[in-house]
Amino acid sequence: MQQLIDGIVHGLQLLLSGDPVLWEIILLSAKVSGIALLISGILGIPSGAFLGLVRFRGRRIIQAIVYTGMGLPPVVVGLAVYLLLSRAGILGPLNLPWIPQLFTVPAMILAQVIIATPLVAGYTMTAVADINPDLKVQVRALGATPLQVTLAVLREARLGIIVAMVGGLGSIISEVGAVMMVGGNVDGSTRVLTTAIMLETRRGNLDLAIGLGMVLLLLSFLINFGVTQLQGKGN
Amino acid sequence: MASIYRLQHVKKTYEDRTVLDIEHLEIEEGEILALVGPSGAGKSTLLRLLNFLEYADSGEVYYKDQLAAPQLAMNLRRQVTTVFQRPALLQGSTEDNVVYGLRIRGKQDSKAEVREVIARMGLEKLRRARARTLSGGEAQRVALARAMVVHPAALLLDEPTANLDPYNIGLIEEVVREINERRKTTIVLVTHNVFQARRLAHRTGLMLSGQIIEIGRTQEFFERPRDPRTRAFAQGEMVY
Repeated sequence: MQQLIDGIVHGLQLLLSGDPVLWEIILLSAKVSGIALLISGILGIPSGAFLGLVRFRGRRIIQAIVYTGMGLPPVVVGLAVYLLLSRAGILGPLNLPWIPQLFTVPAMILAQVIIATPLVAGYTMTAVADINPDLKVQVRALGATPLQVTLAVLREARLGIIVAMVGGLGSIISEVGAVMMVGGNVDGSTRVLTTAIMLETRRGNLDLAIGLGMVLLLLSFLINFGVTQLQGKGN
Repeated sequence: MASIYRLQHVKKTYEDRTVLDIEHLEIEEGEILALVGPSGAGKSTLLRLLNFLEYADSGEVYYKDQLAAPQLAMNLRRQVTTVFQRPALLQGSTEDNVVYGLRIRGKQDSKAEVREVIARMGLEKLRRARARTLSGGEAQRVALARAMVVHPAALLLDEPTANLDPYNIGLIEEVVREINERRKTTIVLVTHNVFQARRLAHRTGLMLSGQIIEIGRTQEFFERPRDPRTRAFAQGEMVY
């Protein structure tokens, strides 16, 4: 118990004193997950809106694939990206400049994009599909163009879309399997909050591990608090 | 009087069921035409065709002597609009909803008129109220106000007063009459309420199984119907 209390106190001291190692890890986590979320939003919101709004042959199969993607285990994603990018993999030997290399930030971002995109797309799809179908007919009847109809529906579903983005962020900021596998937890280069917590715990640096854990918990709390606030406004 | 709509040999089928089969129908500019008939008679489908939301499987729909081809839909749809039985309002305030039709047309300069219409519909105190807090009658008045501000050449009303209280019914009927008289807006009113048809319409038509059974001046339609099914419907009997 004493070890835990000491760890919390020391962790807080590190955090508040602006410890450079701790803050470097925090900032890298924010960068990796922030960029991954942005890309997931760019890919996931339009595709989710399309799946929620447009009826076409094969839609149900794609929806099932998206729902499956929402439950992808991060470690499996990490393994897939590893196999894709490794020297013995599919893309690695091509050595093209736009293909990320293993154990780099772009590789971690790629893995997180694969994890978050189905979540963003799936939640967006549900949010858009939940909009009263009469509303779409009504805005068309008022003379809205197809783009204006889509924008009106997205506007109505905005709370659900924000929840989709926050859910996507929550899933990648706290995952460890994929970033460990493709990032490698390289000090000063690919070490993020979750991989650092694992490492420092193994090393016995519990105070630093607890400090990092508190940051992760705080981030997770802020994300969830934000969602509940938004949901409260929506009701 | 010139006709705003002319329909010829119009057929519409959903799966294997023919929901609309109209040999000939002309709707005159500036008239109030009521369409009565039991549920499933094709009245709402006809309104969707008149709002260019759907197209006939065969036959022609002319709008102001122009064949309403799908490629003209966007342009034509902005000349008419529908108020549906269940008002579908956007999130936001009463005013946000009323202004929507103008905003999508890029007309931002009609604020005075928006206020005037809101006041006419008795919604002044609810101008900033959230749409989701409105009662059914208030929401329907917002829907009618939203339709009014875009100055449609034809206003299509699909059971606009179903399930409303007498105050809201009275106000909506009064405004509909006013729009028709002052702006010469053509009104096509779908209603189950034969008394409402008698109160408002210049002409009334009976629809059954997708067909127009009889159509004529409202007084004649109700007092000297030619078809026995019209007589039965006017007397409140079930007709199929």
